[in-house]
Amino acid sequence: MDNFTPWTSLAGGALLGLSAALLMLFSGKIAGISGVIGGLLSPKKHESSWRAAFLTGMILSFLIVAPLGFTLPDISGENILVVSLAGLLVGFGTRLGNGCTSGHGIIGMGRFSKRSIYATLTFMASAIVMVYLRGLVGVT
Amino acid sequence: MSKSKKIRILMGWISGALFGSGMIISGMVDPNKVIGFLNISGDWDPSLMFVMGGALAVFTPIYHLVIKKRKTAISGDAFTWTSNTKVDGTLIWGAIIFGAGWGLAGFCPGPAMASIGGGTNIILAFTLSMLVGIVHANQYLAGRFPLPFVGYRKNCQD
Repeated sequence: MDNFTPWTSLAGGALLGLSAALLMLFSGKIAGISGVIGGLLSPKKHESSWRAAFLTGMILSFLIVAPLGFTLPDISGENILVVSLAGLLVGFGTRLGNGCTSGHGIIGMGRFSKRSIYATLTFMASAIVMVYLRGLVGVT
Repeated sequence: MSKSKKIRILMGWISGALFGSGMIISGMVDPNKVIGFLNISGDWDPSLMFVMGGALAVFTPIYHLVIKKRKTAISGDAFTWTSNTKVDGTLIWGAIIFGAGWGLAGFCPGPAMASIGGGTNIILAFTLSMLVGIVHANQYLAGRFPLPFVGYRKNCQD
């Protein structure tokens, strides 16, 4: 538990919830990140500009939090092959399952959607099994 | 430009910036932290439970007390959630495949987008692979891959 950060995690989580609530209240849209990206790849009328704006805000957010002392972690030591394989699985899986940690985990669960509750429990279990398997082959 | 479009774009920027900031502040952008949370049999780090708790504590009451009582969003646009309530094989297999990728590297789409500014090849590789994965899934869901597997729509002719 060396890295336990309850307060910043709680505060960051509250910002995620606020963001999702504002986007839905003002624009009627779901702040599911895989959905926002996926929608840009198969664009529909009136559905691309807000997605592009949303992703722009996300990409530039590190400039907003920098004055507060928050920085992006150094991840240069990760294995690029493993990360690339993970990216393929994440992209394919989120489209097939129609959501990821944000869309199902925050918005769907917050709406008490049965689909999202099942999806969240399933991807949590699948990820826990994968991390356990990583441990078995000595990757930690 | 119509008023509803202005609201859509302005709220897109604002909520995107809030979302990305939340990803960084919460620690979701750190794959080691994500793996530490998923590693329940090892040196478990419960921080990410606080991320989920914080997000649901804010979103859930606003949804049920404010949003749900409205017919349309403030912009006048309709709410866009799906009417599909079926838990089917496509949903579950998608969640299994996504979870496997998430556990494999500790990245999911939100943290990846919030981390692009860090300028590493790692995030670039993840993001490009993810886009390729999404395109494959779109083709697959449209029945363009001849695989007898979940989510395959047999009625597609092209």
